[in-house]
Amino acid sequence: MAWQWFHRLGSPRWFFDKTSPWVFWLGLVSLSMLLFGAVWGLMIAPSDFKQGNSYRIIFIHVPGAIVSMAGYYVMAICGAIGLIWRMKLSFMVMKSVAPIGAVLTFVGLVTGAIWGKPTWGTWWEWDARITSMLVLFFLYLGIIALQEAYRQQDAADKTCAILALVGMVNIPIIYKSVDWWYTLHQPATLKLTEASSISPSMAYPLIFMIVAFYFVFAWVVLLFTRLEVLKREKKTRWVQELVAARV
Amino acid sequence: MIELPGLGHLLGQTLRREFTIGFRNRGDLANPIIFFLCIIVFVPLGVSPQAEVLQILGPGIIWIIALLATLLSLDRLFQSDFEDGSLEQVIVSGQPLYWVVLVKVFVHWMITGLPLTLLAPVLGLMMSLPAEGYWPLIISLFLGTGALSLIGSIGAALTVALRRGGLLLSLIIMPLYVPVLIFGSAAVRNAIDGFAITGQLATLAAFLVLALVLAPLAAAGALRISVSS
Repeated sequence: MAWQWFHRLGSPRWFFDKTSPWVFWLGLVSLSMLLFGAVWGLMIAPSDFKQGNSYRIIFIHVPGAIVSMAGYYVMAICGAIGLIWRMKLSFMVMKSVAPIGAVLTFVGLVTGAIWGKPTWGTWWEWDARITSMLVLFFLYLGIIALQEAYRQQDAADKTCAILALVGMVNIPIIYKSVDWWYTLHQPATLKLTEASSISPSMAYPLIFMIVAFYFVFAWVVLLFTRLEVLKREKKTRWVQELVAARV
Repeated sequence: MIELPGLGHLLGQTLRREFTIGFRNRGDLANPIIFFLCIIVFVPLGVSPQAEVLQILGPGIIWIIALLATLLSLDRLFQSDFEDGSLEQVIVSGQPLYWVVLVKVFVHWMITGLPLTLLAPVLGLMMSLPAEGYWPLIISLFLGTGALSLIGSIGAALTVALRRGGLLLSLIIMPLYVPVLIFGSAAVRNAIDGFAITGQLATLAAFLVLALVLAPLAAAGALRISVSS
């Protein structure tokens, strides 16, 4: 009985009905968190004594980069669930995460470049973290391209799931290799286990923004997945009734 | 209940079959090597024919071209077997697909990766590679091309059902080649600069072992999906 909810998740219709009220509330919470965090980070937090106000891009850069990496794992885990339990819904989440993750990775890269110009004096530097983010971006693009290449949705889902899992095994290896290859990027300033090297007055809004980005990510994934449900189930009666009721 | 032949028999037969097919398609056999030699001409033409410049670029360029040659030859790996239905026969036969994939990749490496490795010193000569770089180049390519073939087989299996999978295959596999390229070219460069290279070679060997264990599993899974859809 305890597993009933899990099996129900296999039904796209059940998922669509259950999450309908979430869309509004999750959207409201995530957007207001984003707004609050942005005001806190961009206006209230003190400016850096070396970098002045330019450091404030950290409140977009770091959350974007962190969530983009987490997104790949979400995608791969969804792919694994889909392959193991043959759960269609899981594949839909996987497909929805890919473009969002790619956009977040792109945001991380672009804000990094904008931040790099005043701080390091260059837009682009072949440094370890930038390069591994770029590789992550290509991994996302590969998943999207493979998804688009197949006409049959079933084959697209399963092949993408395998590719995502292969990528998941490779990400730590790529990350470590590139790290070994060259390092210029500052080491991570937020640490869970030891004291952070960032002032609390800056750290709290940063942590808040990371959480806000996770919420926004969850909200957009939910929206994309619901759209995917409608697209794939468009021939079923419940979707046609739903659409007819709206028009 | 039909008695399946043993694993040794399966491996032997697959090996023989793959070699026969490989050597009958002489064009496919030579193409990666010709590609390898052709591209090296572009480097002095496009960058500079000066020995000092080529010397700096050499290790990396040779490694990149070997990587591309492997990648471009991969899209034929499962293609003909998929088209004529023999892949389907192998899958329904109940034989372990892991070993079949491993043998196919091994033969692919024997007819592309190994010749590239053996040809590399000639290219090194053309790129005025210092003498200290030759052995590291050969050893790193020997270990590295194996890993490249294995990792690439996953991409080949994922795209086998697509008509024009070649470019897509490169797109999805290239990011996974990053670590091999880093350690491969670093081994040659370190050797030229007079540093120890055992670390890099050991890492390449580790990649090869990891790929040997995991890549055929992923490729076999992808082939099952491609065939069943």
